Amino acid sequence: MSDHPIAARWRAIREQAGPRERRAALIPYLTAGHPTPETSLAALRLAEAAGADFVEVGVPFSDPLADGPTIQRSTQAALDGGMTVPRVLELIARAGLGIPVIVMTYVNPVMAYGLERFVTDAHAAGAAGLLLTDFPAGADPALERVVQASPLALIRLLAPTTTPQRLERAVRDAGGFLYLISRLGVTGARDQVPPDLPEHVARVRAASPLPLAVGFGISTPAQARATARLADGVVVGSALIEALGTGGLPAADQLLRRLAAAVHEAGNSP
Amino acid sequence: MSTPRPVERAVDGRFGPYGGRYVPETLIAALEELAAVYREAQGDPRFWAELDALLKDYVGRPTPITETPRLGTQLGEGVVVLLKREDLNHTGAHKINNTLGQVLLARRMGKQRIIAETGAGQHGVATATVCARFGLACVVYMGEADMRRQRLNVYRMELMGAQVVPVTSGTKTLKDATNEALRDWVTNVTTTHYIIGSVVGPDPFPRLVGDFQAVIGREARAQVLERCGRLPRTVVACVGGGSNAIGIFSAFLDDTGVELVGVEAAGEGLASGHHAASLARGRPGVFHGSLSYLLQNADGQVQPAHSVSAGLDYPGVGPEHAYLKDTGRVLYEAVTDRQALDAFGALSRLEGILPALESAHAVAWVMGRRGHWRAGDVVLINLSGRGDKDVAMVAELTGAAL
Repeated sequence: MSDHPIAARWRAIREQAGPRERRAALIPYLTAGHPTPETSLAALRLAEAAGADFVEVGVPFSDPLADGPTIQRSTQAALDGGMTVPRVLELIARAGLGIPVIVMTYVNPVMAYGLERFVTDAHAAGAAGLLLTDFPAGADPALERVVQASPLALIRLLAPTTTPQRLERAVRDAGGFLYLISRLGVTGARDQVPPDLPEHVARVRAASPLPLAVGFGISTPAQARATARLADGVVVGSALIEALGTGGLPAADQLLRRLAAAVHEAGNSP
Repeated sequence: MSTPRPVERAVDGRFGPYGGRYVPETLIAALEELAAVYREAQGDPRFWAELDALLKDYVGRPTPITETPRLGTQLGEGVVVLLKREDLNHTGAHKINNTLGQVLLARRMGKQRIIAETGAGQHGVATATVCARFGLACVVYMGEADMRRQRLNVYRMELMGAQVVPVTSGTKTLKDATNEALRDWVTNVTTTHYIIGSVVGPDPFPRLVGDFQAVIGREARAQVLERCGRLPRTVVACVGGGSNAIGIFSAFLDDTGVELVGVEAAGEGLASGHHAASLARGRPGVFHGSLSYLLQNADGQVQPAHSVSAGLDYPGVGPEHAYLKDTGRVLYEAVTDRQALDAFGALSRLEGILPALESAHAVAWVMGRRGHWRAGDVVLINLSGRGDKDVAMVAELTGAAL
């Protein structure tokens, strides 16, 4: 795994920060094809230029039951615009990003495509990781093995409700990094970082040496900064989708730069 | 009739390859808790005694079986058609068998808030009812389109103190109401129990709902044997998610001589693309937490279902049905909106029984097989609900003024 692009990226981030400092990673989420395929392509390149360390690319699904209204609207718009699994892979390939791309979606679109074919084609398109929202550890060992045997890292979601026994099991076969859901609920902007987040971060850190990203409900630079003090990576989705949808590329660019500055500086402050 | 301990048909939460727990990680702890509490309840005679008492005194079980001589004569000399009268349950459908069982589990878990999805409104009403009975907060998610189709049921839920939340996303029907209920559950999972209304969703819901509905088949099998001295030739039930069908079929699965027929909604016709026949026209996929047959396009996007009956208007189907289709134990057929409406009218005129449009699909299949039936045949139809809720819409569709 030492030369996996995701592991290499984390190592580069650590080396960049130097031995006495730490620097967190910004991980924006973008729905492929939102608001249009062309703008979506530009937004992926923009994310890298604005300082993102990784990017999550969402494959739209008709029934996104873990997503709040903002991402629901973005995935519906993408589907209405003709986005399909092959077109998402084509978009990733065309973007040609230097930062690792993690494909995020639900089980059914990749199952319909064929998971074995998907991991091969996604890797060929340049993706480095796969994150499936409705695929908890142990849900389907046969499918898990397909991803684990592939070049894609299987990114695991963990929740505040994940029990200690499950945590142990979930981290055992995880790759790339762990993704801790910051709170109970669906994706979407919230006012505050939850007060019990440090406790859950500590729990996950005790269970695994993998880098830890935190997401769900992180929308402002201040929240991103607060989260970056606890975690190795900060995922921002709905706020970015909202900015892109209402203010277009300039608004997305501005938000990404402010988030990147907040996340990258945070590791150095107490 | 005392309730025997349910027979386990699922292995590790799966019926053959179908079922499973494809949900966000956040829900896993709640599903594990529910499965553990249910396992404990399954072995606890006091649980079943309490449920049996409620089914008897509150719901009015056992429901009768009714012979329909005028319908039988239409099908052929000596053909006996029997209806299992789930329409006579309190709240007017089989749904309450499940909501009572689940509310007792919610009490065991100490959950004070209940959520549910509803299509036709029957499951929402049955959930609102048991929440009123046990003093629990109740929120029901219902598609905006269904709220328009089933205004009476919306008001019934509100009368019993439930909050009905209109769902405006997607197709504004049952599938989107289920999405919204799952989103609520992800958010409030520590205080809330989600009473799923059919044999769908992540494990343990399909087996647990099936177990609570199995009372239909246990009663009906004994009633047919007592009345006719033999088992039925055929047992017929409509299939949306499929809980009333699992409920009646489960008692007959080992009676290999009994033909079991599940009737899906063919809507405007299977060839039209506007239907809800997941088993006839879908292929396996993951939807609402389990692997089963699913109406989906080549890209794995769920396709909107269509049926005149809101309760069958669902692109998925319970995983046990997927398994029973593949094994061939149950024959799955489909009838159109038109055929169901005709059967609705026929049963009303011939027998003085207004069936729910869902149940009318099962009646329509039996009526459509005129040459199939022979003298001495006993045909058992699960009349899963009553049609009062559908009267306004049938009037509208047939151009009658109310």
